[in-house]
Amino acid sequence: MSTTPQASLSHQLPEEHYLNSTYGIRSWLLTTDHKRIGLLYLASVTFFFFVGGIFATLIRIHLLTPEGYLVTPETYNKLFTMHGVAMIFFFLIPSIPAVLGNFLIPLMIGAKDVAFPKLNLLSWYVYITGGCFVLYSFATGGLDTGWTFYTPLSSVYSNSAVTPAVIGIFINGFSSILTGMNFVVTIHTMRAPGMTWFRLPLFVWAHYATSIIFILGTPVIAITLLLAGLERMFHLGFFNPALGGDPILFQHLFWFYSHPAVYIMILPAMGVVSEIIPTFARKPIFGYSFIAASSIAIAVIGFFVWAHHMFLTGESTYAALAFSLLSYLVAIPSAVKVFNWTSTLYKGSISYDTPMLYALGFIGLFLIGGLTGLFLACLGLDIHIHDTYFVVAHFHYIMVGGAVMGYVGGLHFWWPKITGKLYPEFLARIAAVVLFVGFNLTFFPQFLLGYLGMPRRYHNYPPEFQVLNVMSTAGASILALGYLLPMLYLTWSMRYGKVAGPNPWPATGLEWRTASPPPTENFDVTPVVDWEPYDYENRPDLGLATRNPRSLAPAHGDD
Amino acid sequence: MQAQLPFYPDQASNFAPSVDSLMTFLILVSVGFSVLITAAIVIFFFKFHRKSKNEIGVPMHGDLRLETTWIVIPALLALAMFSWGAVVYVDYRHAPQDTLDIYVIGKQWMWKIQQPNGRREINELHVPTGRNIKLVLASEDVIHDFFVPAFRVKMDVVPGHYNTMWFRPTKPGRYHFFCSQYCGTNHAVMGGWVTVMDPSDYAAWLSGSTGEDVNPVVAGEKLFVEKACATCHLGNGTGRAPSLNGVYDGTVRLADGSTVTADDAYIRESILNPPAKIVAGYQPLMPAFQGQLTEEQILSLTAYIKSLQSQPVPATGAGVSTPGKK
Repeated sequence: MSTTPQASLSHQLPEEHYLNSTYGIRSWLLTTDHKRIGLLYLASVTFFFFVGGIFATLIRIHLLTPEGYLVTPETYNKLFTMHGVAMIFFFLIPSIPAVLGNFLIPLMIGAKDVAFPKLNLLSWYVYITGGCFVLYSFATGGLDTGWTFYTPLSSVYSNSAVTPAVIGIFINGFSSILTGMNFVVTIHTMRAPGMTWFRLPLFVWAHYATSIIFILGTPVIAITLLLAGLERMFHLGFFNPALGGDPILFQHLFWFYSHPAVYIMILPAMGVVSEIIPTFARKPIFGYSFIAASSIAIAVIGFFVWAHHMFLTGESTYAALAFSLLSYLVAIPSAVKVFNWTSTLYKGSISYDTPMLYALGFIGLFLIGGLTGLFLACLGLDIHIHDTYFVVAHFHYIMVGGAVMGYVGGLHFWWPKITGKLYPEFLARIAAVVLFVGFNLTFFPQFLLGYLGMPRRYHNYPPEFQVLNVMSTAGASILALGYLLPMLYLTWSMRYGKVAGPNPWPATGLEWRTASPPPTENFDVTPVVDWEPYDYENRPDLGLATRNPRSLAPAHGDD
Repeated sequence: MQAQLPFYPDQASNFAPSVDSLMTFLILVSVGFSVLITAAIVIFFFKFHRKSKNEIGVPMHGDLRLETTWIVIPALLALAMFSWGAVVYVDYRHAPQDTLDIYVIGKQWMWKIQQPNGRREINELHVPTGRNIKLVLASEDVIHDFFVPAFRVKMDVVPGHYNTMWFRPTKPGRYHFFCSQYCGTNHAVMGGWVTVMDPSDYAAWLSGSTGEDVNPVVAGEKLFVEKACATCHLGNGTGRAPSLNGVYDGTVRLADGSTVTADDAYIRESILNPPAKIVAGYQPLMPAFQGQLTEEQILSLTAYIKSLQSQPVPATGAGVSTPGKK
């Protein structure tokens, strides 16, 4: 089933670990173990992924014909709005940080838990509370404002359940803030002896950058949506011009958070990829400090590009010029990462294991997503492609092709650590390829649709756009299969999978130096780090060769 | 002139070729990068495939020259994209002087359009080739967006603001226009057709106006009396409010010493919320008309005030300190 070297040895599950140390529903709902909280998040974000996925399925079926027979315009508008809200606020933003980040950051830095375990549990309850408000909104009238909640449509004109939704997202924001604060303090104060800043796994660097955005950005979206809610409930004139407000102010506030929020989604995925590539190429990552610094650069510059969503609102030409230039600036650190990942493959010892397929798929899809971002940042082109399907395709390449591929790849990579079991490797490789093909077939045609002029959020469309829409829907059905397969075999493997052992790949990080699944306190003794990150040459404990035959020849680019 | 690629829509305005050339440039750069990276990944993936179970890779930690190269080259290309895009955009955002002005009002879920002579259209827009057309965009309710793919132009239509967009149609024909800012239930059907005509056909079409159409200047003049504007804004400058003769597009001196150009947005604001900008030497007496006029009525009043441009500016009591440019 698995071709990894150590899987052939027979491993035993540890007798006691975080999953079986205590039993019962209370032991889960009142846990302060970061690993169990990670799993609580895993279950909850999977639920919201399902909810959002069902909406997406209905959208794609509806768009098979130009007239759109499946649902009414009102329902269609609710479907794409609720798809966006469920996926962005309740799946994508918490997915990697709250599931994998929670589970892994203490393990990766050699700590027993996060700095504030009770706040960590609170953040999950806050998330669930916010989620309940939003589900209440979905169930009682739905939401038809678009996930962007543009005023005065959301604050005055919409007849849907806007108020509970904005309250839900407001509440949910505190979950992000608590998680971000917890990560920052944990990374600063709880690193094991020898775990210096430049020995940190790049996954941790990425989460440090993400946490900065969580802490600085989230309060802005919270207050913005609260203001829209107050305007709706009490007719206070913040954004409605009839009451003396300014609808453009809402967009400034909204995008001040919601653009950095894209980096909340993509930075952790970049962190996952930065772990997977050196592991399956069995060599140190190329340009460690450049990748680490580029994460911070993206987080910082990402705060200064928001008004590129507003080039055609009538904002001043000078503002547009400044925001366009800054948007190009934020592309550079992303490009740096792609070049360094690619270079890491050079003269590696590369395997075809599933996480590697996801990581390489990520690079390809992120490349297209990132490059098409340059098209939208280009002022002259944005006049034409703004608010068309080109935008829809672009951000799905980033959020699904990038963030979700990273998340699913990360789940596979750390699944043996989380559950102690291996998934069926062959099936997993097939699923990865199915996902990649399905994704491209779904979203590539949408670039063409956008350039041809099909606006987004249309429940029907002129007949000349039908062929590309049918292709997209066909792709979506393949994509759905690509998601269902991992859900099934990962669930199956929890009971029936082969026992993984502590370090099946083997990988170099601290999280692989403890049992799988880890004990509740993570490490039996506090680990001491005396190796550089992703170093395979000086790690006899991994049971691998200590030298590559090619090393004898002088390697170009080696310093 | 840009060669027509299969996924390009019709090119029917002055902006279409320049936007398409820009698109081609960005596609070429992107394809170049994608091929480079993808080829490298595929080649490395197979060439450096693991040969034995416990083999490791050749450690390489980085190379400053490579890092510099792949920071500088993308940065230069990005700068080129930015600059070219900026040139097209700045041109688009600055309409030339000699435009044919057409008023466009968006409301849930239709477009009301008024030609300069008052001819009205709904979800239809007729324009001549070869003329610079400026659309003045207003919204009655939520944010809309006027988008003509064949012209490669769009602009948001924002309540409480006037936005303008311009283009020069180049090819006769009928082209879709869409609302491309989500505006509620029937967003997807809030569109119509732009008909681009030869100038002579356009002139003939324009004169075939039906009797129901009212010239906006005439409608505005009527409103000016009905709403009692005329009781204070006397043309000879002796009223309690400044004369509006010649004020349109001129420079107005305000009570706080600053100056402002009397464009559509200023006139709109001064009608809806007069205390915002008080003309020097006058008291804030005028009532606010916020919520009492439709966007159409405001446009009619503006058209009427614009028609006063050619009227003699009185020596005292003039609203304008420097007469307009037009």
